[in-house]
Amino acid sequence: MISLLHHWLLQLFSIFRRLGRGQLFLIHLLGGVGVILLRFRLVIQQLYAIGVHSLLIVIVAGLFVGMVLGLQGYNTLVDFGAEESLGVLVALSLVRELGPVVAALLYAGRAGSALTAEIGLMKATEQLSGMEMMAVDPVHRIITPRFLAGFLSLPLLTAIFTVLGVFGGYFVAVPLLGVDDGAFWSQMQARVDFYDDIQSGVIKSVVFGFVVTWIALFEGYDATPTSEGVSRSTTRTVVHASLAVLGLDFILTALMFGA
Amino acid sequence: MSSTARKKRQSYAARNRPGRKRANRLVRIRDLEFSHEGRFGDAATLFKGVNLDVYRGQVVAILGPSGTGKTTLLKLIGGQLSPAQGSIEVDGEALSMLKRKGLYQLRKRIGMLFQSGALLTDMTVFENVAFPVREHTDLPEVMIQDLVRMKLEAVGLRGAESLLPAELSGGMARRVALARAIALDPMMVLYDEPFTGQDPISMGVLIKLIRELNRTLRLTSVVVSHDVQETLSIADYVYLLAEGEVIGKGTPDQIRHAKSPRVQQFLRGEPDGPVPFHYPAEDFATQLLGGIE
Repeated sequence: MISLLHHWLLQLFSIFRRLGRGQLFLIHLLGGVGVILLRFRLVIQQLYAIGVHSLLIVIVAGLFVGMVLGLQGYNTLVDFGAEESLGVLVALSLVRELGPVVAALLYAGRAGSALTAEIGLMKATEQLSGMEMMAVDPVHRIITPRFLAGFLSLPLLTAIFTVLGVFGGYFVAVPLLGVDDGAFWSQMQARVDFYDDIQSGVIKSVVFGFVVTWIALFEGYDATPTSEGVSRSTTRTVVHASLAVLGLDFILTALMFGA
Repeated sequence: MSSTARKKRQSYAARNRPGRKRANRLVRIRDLEFSHEGRFGDAATLFKGVNLDVYRGQVVAILGPSGTGKTTLLKLIGGQLSPAQGSIEVDGEALSMLKRKGLYQLRKRIGMLFQSGALLTDMTVFENVAFPVREHTDLPEVMIQDLVRMKLEAVGLRGAESLLPAELSGGMARRVALARAIALDPMMVLYDEPFTGQDPISMGVLIKLIRELNRTLRLTSVVVSHDVQETLSIADYVYLLAEGEVIGKGTPDQIRHAKSPRVQQFLRGEPDGPVPFHYPAEDFATQLLGGIE
């Protein structure tokens, strides 16, 4: 019993130690933002690697999620004769919830895991140590540009996901199911509010971009420098980032729309 | 080696003989103690009271069996690790007193050749060598190109400047890493196992490069290795580490003729002796019979 308690306490201590290291890591990387903004070329390179390379999965997923929303929404709304509100349903679902959350989950799986593996392998092959010995801070030179690029990429990817989702819903609703074209767009225009809906989606995507990129980079930097260690860190990135996105989504939704 | 070159080398080493001048000492390690944290939170003692000096202009070899902490010693000299006890001074500066900025200023004057090369895999050979120059200077691009090509010419790889690290052999990668280590004209280069895994030709090239660069660029070199003959052939002074302490030190000739059984065991490559073949364990027969009533 005592040994079990001791084991739990050690586990708890280890979790708090990791959380502390994560906070210090964040402070360290944010300390390099000023310098890296002056060398914005480094951020642009990472915007290409993180953002542009995630485009395909975001475009395809956005289209299909919108199409499924169109189909499911039509089947429900048609029973009440309200199928002309399908545009509103698709747009609000995507802008408020599905856009930020699904794009963040896809980003964690595609770009987050790649970031962890890249940084972890750089650590395992002594590239980060090599930089330190060249008097170059690897956190500022390698991590900060990736953090800024991830932070900027996710809101843009979310916007692309949402727009394509709306077009996917439109494609199913209007040409395939015969919903009125004008009603689809006009009701959407009337009911989707910029401040209440779009802005809240943007805030969510910014928060998710910050948290997912932070988790991915920290997991890579804190990885045990072996092939097994990098593999475990990559898995942890996807699991922790996904759980963080879902948990934060509830908190943000409660803050913005609750009560 | 010609007799003139040998005389120059001997006189240079003689000028820098230990004990000549305090100001001539580049690295001073006193009473160094260091432990590694094990997987289960236990501490494994790596150094217990190591004293070591490196004088300017010398090639100092640190020899010892695998696992004695030779690479860790280089990391301690480079300030990547901190000792539990004792002091390390580099170029008159106590590492424990330096803040990050001061440490980075010091590291600009130190080059390090990692065992793996540690080349940045997404950059070409040229970009790798240019990396520290671009990070620390505002030199115009034309000058950086000339500088990088001079360094690559020195290691015989000017023609490989457009290759990626993945396209290089192990020996070539280490030579590129050497060119990068000397890119900022450091006062000292730390070599971590430079000969490991090299074919005889690559090894010969590296031996020649370390000695020649040390002489022509007026460097100080610290070579960590377990390749005895190759390292003794270029060293001015040798430290032999085992079981957390210095078990022998002196010029290569003094080391070759040392009477210590531990030194002789290492030099002759004998599998068993004062440094045991077996990792400490309970008696084998007792362990085998342990399950029998």
